[in-house]
Amino acid sequence: MSAHATPRSTTYVVRDSVTMFRRNLRHWLRYPSLAIMLVGQPIAFLLLFVYVFGGTLGAGLSGVAGGGGRGDYLVFITPGIMVMAVASVALGTAIEVALDMTGGIIARFRTMDIAQVSVLTGHVLGAVVKTLFAVVVTLAFALLLGYRSEAELADWLVTFVLLGLMAFAMTWLTVGMGLAADSVETASNTPMFLVMLPFVSSGFVPTDAMPWGLRQFAEYQPFTPMIDSLRALTSGEPAGNALWLAVGWCVLIAVGGYLWSRRLFTKVPTK
Amino acid sequence: MVQDRHCLDCIDLGHQLMELVTATRSAAGSKDKGLTLTHGQPSSMVRMSGKTAISVAGLHKGYGDHDVLTGVDLEVPEGSVYALLGPNGSGKTTVVNICSTLLTPDAGEIRVSGYDVQRESDQVRRSIGVTGQFSAIDDYHTGRENLKLMADLNHLDRGRAKTVVEGLLERFELADAADRRAQTYSGGMKRRLDLAMTLIGSPRLIFLDEPTTGLDPRSRRELWQIVREQVADGVTVLLTTQHLDEADQLAHRVGLLDGGRIIAEGTPAQLKSRVPGGHVEVQFTNAAALSEVAAVLPEATSDPDALTLRMANDGVASLRRLLDRLDDDAVTDLTVQSADLDDVFLALTGHAAETRDGAEDETKLERAR
Ligand SMILES: Nc1ncnc2c1ncn2[C@@H]1O[C@H](COP(=O)(O)OP(=O)(O)OP(=O)(O)O)[C@@H](O)[C@H]1O
Ligand SMILES: [Mg+2]
Repeated sequence: MSAHATPRSTTYVVRDSVTMFRRNLRHWLRYPSLAIMLVGQPIAFLLLFVYVFGGTLGAGLSGVAGGGGRGDYLVFITPGIMVMAVASVALGTAIEVALDMTGGIIARFRTMDIAQVSVLTGHVLGAVVKTLFAVVVTLAFALLLGYRSEAELADWLVTFVLLGLMAFAMTWLTVGMGLAADSVETASNTPMFLVMLPFVSSGFVPTDAMPWGLRQFAEYQPFTPMIDSLRALTSGEPAGNALWLAVGWCVLIAVGGYLWSRRLFTKVPTK
Repeated sequence: MVQDRHCLDCIDLGHQLMELVTATRSAAGSKDKGLTLTHGQPSSMVRMSGKTAISVAGLHKGYGDHDVLTGVDLEVPEGSVYALLGPNGSGKTTVVNICSTLLTPDAGEIRVSGYDVQRESDQVRRSIGVTGQFSAIDDYHTGRENLKLMADLNHLDRGRAKTVVEGLLERFELADAADRRAQTYSGGMKRRLDLAMTLIGSPRLIFLDEPTTGLDPRSRRELWQIVREQVADGVTVLLTTQHLDEADQLAHRVGLLDGGRIIAEGTPAQLKSRVPGGHVEVQFTNAAALSEVAAVLPEATSDPDALTLRMANDGVASLRRLLDRLDDDAVTDLTVQSADLDDVFLALTGHAAETRDGAEDETKLERAR
């Protein structure tokens, strides 16, 4: 019981976060239905867009030599679908956090001398891994449907780093939503806008095909530079400013989400 | 402890407790009087080092305009067991949650292991273990994984973690179920796992909020045994319960929580001496037989509608007197009930002065409905 100079809870942030991260992954393995649904969502959108809308939308793609087809449309939307995977896992994290908060074990964690934030970082780190997994599975499906990329290995590495960063940022935001929700249902509804927003971006149709007001919104919303960066990277072209804009948005969302979540977590009364 | 009680039995407990009740009541107004009283009880100084593990003074807590705690004072010496006894909603969990850093008090000075619960919560958390009223296990993890999780969070090294986890699985009879998900455990197993998780870090002070609620008699006794082992190692325990017998089994001191305050405090023996034997209840087959017996036993209360007669049980003599009056054919059931929380509570809250007169028994009967 001897008093240490610094509280252990600050020195053990990394160690406790890794412990909580393992706990989170174990939940995923033990309770796979939520995970399957979340990975399935981007795949379902992929199939829907390529086979149902792809023929028509592909033909309307501007800038594609000789008019587009299903194949061109597949290439066009793959970055958008990857972002759907990020949003989908982030949504799931809000549900997981809300569920976790209703369980008694959180009260136990709160009475232990651990880095309290690790309860949340465990969820965030878990979400990053799940997102990358979901993207890999989605890409595998895209490849089966005929997706091909001219990008180099280095471009793909940057792509995955960016996706990881996006997942990190979005989940800090949805962790906050999970904490703020008064029920698990609310937690599954509030982050829905994350799944909707990619539709109003450069993800599925070029923004210049939209009416003026919508187009303004689509061009300035955070998902557009993210999708543009991913599109450039995966086709082996320079991403330019879009990449820095995307990273900037991620940092902003991550910091905001983190501060919000941390405040909620220390304030939320135990049930 | 046993010895201690014997010596107390020689004193006139009735008077002592009466003083205790009045003194504790007024203690809210003058704190030093209350503290003198606590220290004045030699019984509480059993095996302690003299240090105070928990000290709560003037604790207030409310939710909105609902005041739950309105000035709780209590002191638990290191190495002793303190039981908070109270009915549903009396604020037991609230006290435990505040002392274990889960809730912030509205007012009051609360020190746990020498640290202020609000300003030095890290140090408090380092010294305590908590088994809350509601299961605090991870349902998706197996028993072993739950314990391993706690070992990791207590920053035990790999080798030590393994020894401690396996040791606890054995001791809590969870070895056979160690690789099953905790979700599939019975209530008793969950409770044991919960307590084992609390003990991983070898805390010197543990909080147990209704540790045996929902357990069968055998599991209860096993859990009591585990608590006793901890106490033998010098661990301090603050537990809450709704059952006097549990407090009796485990606690050096008992505090009765009611109306937001500790309305009485003392050793289990002192509290029980207020209601020595509980009561006897007889179920009659017909009203005539009931009124016949009731007429010769003026100290008993009868309920003509339910055809029952209830009498305080203060020993074999009174039981024999009752039995002598009973006709075999007229009686379908006879139960002897030991003093329960309700008995103690009534004796200590309501009309403590006019003990065991008819009026009080009637209230008791009404309350039981
Ligand atoms: N978060 C809350 N919001 C509003 N009221 C609350 C809250 N938590 C507890 N209370 C109220 O505080 C009172 C005391 O509750 P507490 O849980 O401390 O009682 P208890 O003695 O532990 O009861 P039990 O024996 O049922 O566990 C109750 O009336 C309860 O309704
Ligand atoms: Mg309670």
